[in-house]
Amino acid sequence: MDVEVLSRIQFAFTIAFHYIYPPLSIGLGLLLVIFEGMYLATGKKIYEQITRFWIKIFALIFGIGVATGIIMEFEFGTNWATYSKYVGDIFGSALAAEGIFAFALEAGFLGILIFGWNRVSSRVHFFSALMVFLGSMFSAIWIVVANSWQQTPAGYQIVGEGMNARAEITDFWAMVFNPSSVDRLVHVWIGAFLAGAFLVLSVNAWYILKKRHLEVAIPSFKIALLTATIFSLLQLVAGHRSADGVAKNQPAKLAALEGHYDSLSSADMYLVGFVNNNTQRTTGIRIPGGLSFLVHGRFDTPVKGLNAFKPDERPTQVNAVFQVYHLMIAIGMMLIALTLYACIQWKRGKLFNQRWLMIVFVGSVLLPQIANQAGWFAAEMGRQPWVVYGLLRTSDALSKTVTANQVMFSLILFMVVYSLLFVLFIYLLNKKIQHGPAEYGTKEEIDESSKRNNPVIKQEH
Amino acid sequence: MGEFIGIEYHVWWFLVFGAVITGYAILDGFDLGAGALHLFLNKEQSRRIALNAIGPIWDGNEVWLVIGGGALFAGFPVAYAAIFSAFYVPFFIFLMGIIFRAVSIEFRSKEPGAIWRKTWDVVYCVASIIIALSLGLMLGNVAYGLPLNADKEFAGDGYSFFHPFSIMVSITTLALFMMHGAIYLTMKTENRLYAKLHLLANNFTVFFVLSFVTTTLYTLLYIPHLSDFFRQHPVYFIIPMLMTLAIANIPRQIKKGKYRYAFLSSAATISLLLIMVAIEVFPYLLYSTGAPENSITVHNGASSAKTMKILLIIALIGTPLVAIYTAFVFWTFKGKVRLDETSY
Repeated sequence: MDVEVLSRIQFAFTIAFHYIYPPLSIGLGLLLVIFEGMYLATGKKIYEQITRFWIKIFALIFGIGVATGIIMEFEFGTNWATYSKYVGDIFGSALAAEGIFAFALEAGFLGILIFGWNRVSSRVHFFSALMVFLGSMFSAIWIVVANSWQQTPAGYQIVGEGMNARAEITDFWAMVFNPSSVDRLVHVWIGAFLAGAFLVLSVNAWYILKKRHLEVAIPSFKIALLTATIFSLLQLVAGHRSADGVAKNQPAKLAALEGHYDSLSSADMYLVGFVNNNTQRTTGIRIPGGLSFLVHGRFDTPVKGLNAFKPDERPTQVNAVFQVYHLMIAIGMMLIALTLYACIQWKRGKLFNQRWLMIVFVGSVLLPQIANQAGWFAAEMGRQPWVVYGLLRTSDALSKTVTANQVMFSLILFMVVYSLLFVLFIYLLNKKIQHGPAEYGTKEEIDESSKRNNPVIKQEH
Repeated sequence: MGEFIGIEYHVWWFLVFGAVITGYAILDGFDLGAGALHLFLNKEQSRRIALNAIGPIWDGNEVWLVIGGGALFAGFPVAYAAIFSAFYVPFFIFLMGIIFRAVSIEFRSKEPGAIWRKTWDVVYCVASIIIALSLGLMLGNVAYGLPLNADKEFAGDGYSFFHPFSIMVSITTLALFMMHGAIYLTMKTENRLYAKLHLLANNFTVFFVLSFVTTTLYTLLYIPHLSDFFRQHPVYFIIPMLMTLAIANIPRQIKKGKYRYAFLSSAATISLLLIMVAIEVFPYLLYSTGAPENSITVHNGASSAKTMKILLIIALIGTPLVAIYTAFVFWTFKGKVRLDETSY
């Protein structure tokens, strides 16, 4: 395999693995703020227990998120040196802003969130939870801005020619608010909230099934269910706006998402289907003219198809793009159906009586994760062959000095190390879940027990 | 190129980048050092205290690396591209160190078993050492220069990184961090553990002084492009002299039991050391050995004036904020380590 293929596989692998964790941090961050806010507002011990349990899980997730995220920042330089030079002027400022405004905030207050329970007042602790949550939200802003600029470049000019060409900023705010950044950011945020909410739902559904920690599990489940329902519905709106944006700004990607080739005919929208890349035919269950309606508001207007683009200016893996995109949408619909059904049962007072429903919720943790991954694959593969849409080709973006053997080495290294990490993560996560939320005594009792566990202090007395 | 108080934007950014790297070395330096000396502590209790001494803050310290990476990418993309594609293999080994270190701190406390904990202790210590050595190796190479071609891209091979100077800088960095880490831990510990760390801090100070003196002599004798500036401007010898004073102050303050001053002296040593490197290197970001005309400088490697201005505004807004909450977090966890139910 050549450097380009290997580098793309490596980037996809490392970013996909990384992207398991940040959405969970953002989503759990939101729930931590809600749980701890409830504790502050009501003073009930039960919310303290819930908050402290999820802080422990948050710490585990956050740790792996940071470790795998640092890789991403430097992988641009190691594998995509030409890209780095090309976009440094633009991408770099977003990345620098992310570091200073988001990560520093997040990592600074994380220490207090995890270790500061007995050191600061509950208000300051709540404030720290809020700052960690805001930090993770900010970090999503800058990274989505940078990526959206690659999808829909704005506020720049090209300086230099050939291999020395690069994009320079002309208008910072036009770069930040490029045509797709706001829609995509909201879409990503909501996807992250869903990832967090469904993790909480899944764990508590399991406790309810096993009839363990019910006094904690039931209120947590209800709060997470409300969160999940609201954001599943909002995601429908956000997702639609994102698709609208693609229709306006990236016609070749839009055509690939629906497997639409012929520019002269109206375009259909598929529920499920299959694109034959060779015969250029798409078959499946569809809404005739659906895509035409999305783009033009009429069912019979033709939509620009893939054939309108030169073969080297459109994605080649059309079926793959089509499948991941439809997988994401199908899951989005499933989440709406599941949460609405659960809410109806809740209203009838039957939410926790149905074993099968709880079993479904235990498994549901995977759904938003898969949808998040599928959505990003659709966005990134649909943009090909461009790394910066219409400006820089992926094949031109590589590090020219890096060899295939080197990339093979690092790719294998990542596969081995990340597999190990993932096994350990699941093992420890499972252990924490099995252990369940601990009960905490009063402050005096905790002080007493911490002294008992601390011989250094004991020696002083 | 625009100017701010008579200094060009890209020179400002060189200073900002230098400050971030210095901040990183001071902050992550002590927790990397604490990691590198971890296996010198024998008892489970001691190891727990040492881990919890850095527990709430190491993550915030490491953010400075992320900010430094962003600062280089944003301000000097040509240098960012050349440096990281050149250091492909060493850099991934460094990153593996970062991953394993982060998870070993997190995973260690999650199981009570002795084998589990000892395994992660070794991983933590080895990863910290690898990180310190590879940071030093990269610093040494960036200071010394690499073979670059006319496109300002790396034109050497994997062996280009290993020469006496880079290896010396690598070892000096490890020694510096171990000294710094040991001093930090003396601030956070008591009784017998404190006595042990006191001894370690003195030993690592000697280790650092020896490696630093060797490296400096070698530089003065054999590397003209790094030492010419000092030869021509003897007034700058005040910096190594101040450094000598700062180093000499460390054992003195430790003896008096004023660990905070010892720690500040050690931080001053790191700052002066990096200021010295910056003076030696400037205006080069990456010197091209063999063909100096291919070198990347702060002038030809910089982003546009517009971006530089934006970056400086970001830094002006961001730095005070970061300083405030970093100070707040350190203040929250000030004093000796107390283990409680939230500890590792």
